[in-house]
Amino acid sequence: MADRSFDIARLPGFATIAVTIFVLLYLPIAMLVIFSFNAGDNVAIWEGFSLRWYPEAWANEAVKQATWRSLQIATCAAIIATTVATMAALGTTRRRQTRGQSFVYLMINQPLMVPEIVTAVALLIFFSSIKVATGYQGLGYLILAHAAFCIPFAYLPIRARLEGMDLSLETASADLYATRWQTFRHVTLPLVMPGAIAGLMLAFVTSLDDVVITLFVKSAGQDTLPTYMLAQIRRSVSAEVNAISTLLLLLTVVLLTAFFLLTRKRT
Amino acid sequence: MSADPQVTAAARRGWWLSAPALVLLAVGATGPLLIMLVYSFLEPGQYGNVEWALSFKAWFNVVMQRDIFDGTLTFADAHLSIFWRSAKLALLTTLFAFLTGFPTAWFIATRSPGLRTALLFLITIPFWTNLLIRTFAINQIIRNEGFLNTFLLWTGIIDTPIVMLYTDFAVFIGMTYVYLPLMVLPLFAAIDRFDMRLLQAGYDLYASRWQLLRHVIVPVVKPGIISGSILVFIPALGAYVTPRILGGGRNMMIGNFIELQFGQGRNWPLGAALSVVLLVVVSLALIVYTRFATGSEGKSHG
Repeated sequence: MADRSFDIARLPGFATIAVTIFVLLYLPIAMLVIFSFNAGDNVAIWEGFSLRWYPEAWANEAVKQATWRSLQIATCAAIIATTVATMAALGTTRRRQTRGQSFVYLMINQPLMVPEIVTAVALLIFFSSIKVATGYQGLGYLILAHAAFCIPFAYLPIRARLEGMDLSLETASADLYATRWQTFRHVTLPLVMPGAIAGLMLAFVTSLDDVVITLFVKSAGQDTLPTYMLAQIRRSVSAEVNAISTLLLLLTVVLLTAFFLLTRKRT
Repeated sequence: MSADPQVTAAARRGWWLSAPALVLLAVGATGPLLIMLVYSFLEPGQYGNVEWALSFKAWFNVVMQRDIFDGTLTFADAHLSIFWRSAKLALLTTLFAFLTGFPTAWFIATRSPGLRTALLFLITIPFWTNLLIRTFAINQIIRNEGFLNTFLLWTGIIDTPIVMLYTDFAVFIGMTYVYLPLMVLPLFAAIDRFDMRLLQAGYDLYASRWQLLRHVIVPVVKPGIISGSILVFIPALGAYVTPRILGGGRNMMIGNFIELQFGQGRNWPLGAALSVVLLVVVSLALIVYTRFATGSEGKSHG
């Protein structure tokens, strides 16, 4: 009794469940990564360490094109979404609440509330008639669709940053006869920047990971990395998919770590 | 209304700044939903797309069907069984995610600050990791020649592989796996605000741990429970990727059934009507959630 104090917050069995959940959460991902280094083409029997699947995936022209396409779309969509989200955040925070604001919030958060399959189908219907009418089949549709659903992800960290910002700095700048533009350029923008970069990264990751909307919006031959992988998974499973997954996981973890470091509260 | 010119100017500037985002969302998200609603009232085209003629057939076909031979009306059993499976799997996923997510969130919230940050980061990584990759990882574990069966065969516990892939069970396990972080994060936020002195008070009054959990903890963190449940239920109900990879062609959920109407089914109006149904169900869930959340908040202030 003496060596262990009574912990009021301890609930029997909870720690066991929690640890099990953490293990189960990471075990499948760990197996996926481990078997991307398997010498044989088997996802369950280890046949020795090998890096063969990485060059093999990269030698595949379809993988190369899908990767390039994914990066193009994610970069364009993230930049567009972050730009408009920054503007919207500047327009909706740090001012007295107006009736219009709840409408703006609702619109911005709409992609988070509507099931992805519903948006995907709606975009398929909308874009298919535009494709027929204009004859344009390019990546523009995918970039537009991705930019739209990335807006809430870019908006949230920017808004959080703006709400934590000291208004007196801008007032001080105005008191020193700075024009509105000068204040924005030299005071507001540098302060918003960490939020905007965090938003950009979340938007980039969100776009890069999208499957459902891409699947319905893309024209023939416009596979992105996730839609290419989906098609591969349905056929025979090759460790090539493990290798691609591992690289995508690595990219996500790197971006997320950077995001955490950027948004961490300074002590 | 008071017409303070400064406030009006600020509001106008707010609108102009928000305009590009609103236009982009109107074109790339909200507007097409309205077009979809229109399409649900049209005739299907022979090779997909639609004929521009008003028709209520798609809506009728959501739940009813007319026999092609004798013209009798019956319920569309195939459709109803897909709705039932979707609702059942989404509810089971939500329930199981809660049962496992609550202890996990509690465990995280009761650690030291440093460990807590690390554990939260560990929960957040899967949340941002590609859903397709995580579903694929589950697929590799439970397939017949997958890791789990190979291991069980090797140990001699079983002598023929257990068929798990392409069953409802696989979809349920897969969805619980991919949506669990959505349950843990809001639960953690609620438990983090929980005043542990309430437990002290409970113990002083001779409450058992179970009574505390039942009568003190759960009622106080209820908003977090509701948030987590809604956040899991909504994507689970409209899931597409997970049932496609783990459920195969037969164990369709409503998301896959909608896709079918735009592919082989060539019935765009039915697909549009089904999407509207899904959207309405999700909106109702969100409305109930908003009412509930604000209601309980008002009570706690009173």
